[in-house]
Amino acid sequence: MSSGLNFLLEIGTEEIPHWMIPSAVAQLEKLDLFGATPQVDATPRRLVVRATGLPMRTADQTLVVKGPPITAGEKAAAGFAKKQGVDLSAMTKVGDYWELTKNIPGRLVGELLTESLPAAVLGLQWPKTMFWESTGARFIRPIRWMVALLGDQVVPFEIAGVKSGNVTKGHRILGASSIPVTFATYESELRRNFVILSSAERRSKIQTEITALGAKPDADLLETLTFITEYPAAIRGDFDPAYLELPAEVLTTVMRFHQKYFSVESAPGKLAAHFVAVMNTSGDPEGLVKKGNERVTKARFNDARFFWNVDQQKKLADRVQDLSHVTFQAKLGSYLEKTNRVVELVKTLGGDANAQRAALLCKADLPTEMVKEFTDLQGIVGGLYAKHQGEPEAVSQAIYEHYKPLSMEDSIPSTPEGQIVALADKLDTLRECFRIGLVPTGSKDPFALRRAAQGVVKILVEAKLPYAFDSLFDGELRAFMLDRLQHYFREVRRYKYDEVNAVLASGAKTLADVEDRLIALSAVRPTENFEPLAASFKRIRNILKQAAFNPDSWLFDVKLLEAGPEWDLHQAFLKAQGDLSGKSYREALEAIASIRPQVDLFFDKVLVNAQDESVRSNRLAFLNNILTEFSTIADFSEIVTTGDPANKS
Amino acid sequence: MDTFQQTLFKLKRYWDERGAIIQEPHDVEVGAGTMAPETFLRVLGKKPYKVAYVQPSRRAADGRYGENPNRLYKHQQLQVILKPSPDDILEQYLGSLEAIGIDLSKHDIKFEEDNWEAPTLGAWGVGWQVMLDGMEITQFTYFQQCGGIDLVLVPAEITYGLERLVAFLQGVESVYDIVWTKGVTYRDVRFQDELQYSVYNFEMANVDRLWRLFAEHEAECKELLAKYETRETLGNETLQPRRYPLLAAYDQVLKCSNLFNLLDARGAISVTERVGVIKRVRDLAVGTAKLWVDQQNPAPENSKEAA
Repeated sequence: MSSGLNFLLEIGTEEIPHWMIPSAVAQLEKLDLFGATPQVDATPRRLVVRATGLPMRTADQTLVVKGPPITAGEKAAAGFAKKQGVDLSAMTKVGDYWELTKNIPGRLVGELLTESLPAAVLGLQWPKTMFWESTGARFIRPIRWMVALLGDQVVPFEIAGVKSGNVTKGHRILGASSIPVTFATYESELRRNFVILSSAERRSKIQTEITALGAKPDADLLETLTFITEYPAAIRGDFDPAYLELPAEVLTTVMRFHQKYFSVESAPGKLAAHFVAVMNTSGDPEGLVKKGNERVTKARFNDARFFWNVDQQKKLADRVQDLSHVTFQAKLGSYLEKTNRVVELVKTLGGDANAQRAALLCKADLPTEMVKEFTDLQGIVGGLYAKHQGEPEAVSQAIYEHYKPLSMEDSIPSTPEGQIVALADKLDTLRECFRIGLVPTGSKDPFALRRAAQGVVKILVEAKLPYAFDSLFDGELRAFMLDRLQHYFREVRRYKYDEVNAVLASGAKTLADVEDRLIALSAVRPTENFEPLAASFKRIRNILKQAAFNPDSWLFDVKLLEAGPEWDLHQAFLKAQGDLSGKSYREALEAIASIRPQVDLFFDKVLVNAQDESVRSNRLAFLNNILTEFSTIADFSEIVTTGDPANKS
Repeated sequence: MDTFQQTLFKLKRYWDERGAIIQEPHDVEVGAGTMAPETFLRVLGKKPYKVAYVQPSRRAADGRYGENPNRLYKHQQLQVILKPSPDDILEQYLGSLEAIGIDLSKHDIKFEEDNWEAPTLGAWGVGWQVMLDGMEITQFTYFQQCGGIDLVLVPAEITYGLERLVAFLQGVESVYDIVWTKGVTYRDVRFQDELQYSVYNFEMANVDRLWRLFAEHEAECKELLAKYETRETLGNETLQPRRYPLLAAYDQVLKCSNLFNLLDARGAISVTERVGVIKRVRDLAVGTAKLWVDQQNPAPENSKEAA
């Protein structure tokens, strides 16, 4: 083994959307480089793979190809040899068959890369691709140059009319547009030309500079800016403190979503009249960039103030009727119709006057200028306006938070009124969409019904709302919700899937109750008696199934029990049953688990299939009693135990 | 400091030097430069084309009675179409900014993803909004489809928002303060339009009549499209392919599109109607585009007939 060859691949493109870059990097990390490990870097304009220790050529290989049976005769063998491109003399007889041992010489890795790289590059998966030139290649954005080096040689290939070479480009404005490189000089040449290749280094440069300028941390924005720049540098700008009269939510939205600025706080939760912008250039010595950004910010804030003032000319309550002009969904009519349904639903769910008022007003911010401009602020703007227009705090807060939770990480609405309105709004969307067949399939979920469903589950569980799951959903929607429910408890709350199944099979009514049972079950599960008992319960269920036992066919008769293990189990069962009442789920589960020794002994010593028909039927009835009585908290037979074949999957 | 029109001259000259036809605006109301036939129809088919023109673009709902410093009922776009897009298109574009006096080494330029889609035109593309010191100054799009047709020569579309760009260059905070030419401001030239059209669009446009006009223009367009399909059986000299007035049919599409915008600004399009009306305009646009491609690339027997 020699030290091997260095490899460099740079795909030079026009600016790739920042949010797609990490996924492309992950895909390139799997690039097959003949045993070498790819090190992948990326900026908006280049995807770069580097590796060391590639072999000059691949190893020779021996391949044994089985031919026809010897009984087929020489003619068949000759035909086979011809097809393989060899003489019959090259064939050997091994056992009952002809065989050909082929020596496949290794090939130059450079040649193999020439063949494989175009497909590897064009095979990258992107959320949306484009055409731009006549060969019909598709990529995320046009490819404009490529560097491909193995050792000191160019790996020659062509994609979309662009030939690979050894010449790269620097920063669009600050760098040279034609820079010859080698593996060794590549990164330093880029740096000299104002490209910081490493995303980690760009991220840390931004982090350091914005912190020094007092920016409020924002991890998502930091990530965006890391992949929107090749040479990031932060500057601080100012705005007129008079704009601080506008709600912080509006100012922050303008800064964050529209301008990609970090905000600055003078105290926790209190905005200061500054912003921090990250440029894609080395500096702003004349202050022109700062001035330009301040000018845009002022115009944006002015717009926001204009919208605020215009919107106050008509109260939210007077805008409800305007919702007849706002489409909810073509087949489902307007937001006015939706509003009316949500109000009714809030009533049905027992919402008080404030919750009903909030339901009536919650969509009325949709026709406002502010929401038309800042759509992400829907609900929030409604809440702010409601407060400003003198609605009770309970109403405005409920409106403000009724889109929550926006994700699994987001919190649920903080007030009971908000929770009920948020629930009703999402419930209505789910029910109505399912009613007309708008059901999410695969990656298609245009109405974000999965998110709505997830929000419903999160609210029901975390707010401990008293509605029975089955009273809220039926049919196809029930199955969909059940799936989301399992997803929530498994993926978000990290309960084991069999525990979730066991509790859901037990007849828990509300989701808060499901959660309580899961907490108890997962706590009792590791105790010594639990899993063996669960295994026995599964056995009981199988026995009953095999015997086709019908509970109505035989009334359990205590007198038919035999002394010994069967009687002892009965005693243990009665004691545990007595212990259940008034106990917490956890204590009850512990009580149930305590009968394990008697269950084990029973199965050890007692033959269920007794010869006497009445004894046999009585035993089945006895076991059935135990199973039904003790499956009310969780169906133990759903628990996957050690040695269970299902455990392996 | 350059005036509004001087900046415009410089941009036109810049693209003139790069071989573009300098066109005048299309004379039917449009909502964007993309809708002018110089873009919508010319991007179809296999014939290379380079054109630049200023297109006044009307968006009834954006009117603000001349009171908002940044929003206009009618703004002016400089639209550049380069078909097929040259390999150094972004460098050429950045050169145009230098040409109007922006020293890029002193500013911050970013290309931020912004894909474009026009449902009423059956058109979409991918590209960026170009940000200069945090301000969007240009929409850059590689067209992929137009009139529901995949484009064989992918054009680059550069759309400069002129008011915004010049306000930046002149350092003014309201578009109305832009110096149009010496001693004349943007307000002097355009304020009346903004005020009067806002009043008309929001308050006075006769909704019933607009609907009737929409139906009339739609009918005219449909009739023209239908006759193109059946022209050979009609045996009429006027209806020979190359003489066939598809350009006139397209004007009817634009009329419908503009009336849709007006009706929308009047709040006259109800929920149930909205999707349907968009589809009506789209059907006309897609229908025209399809026939236009056919007309530009006649099948062999057709070309004989036309010759």
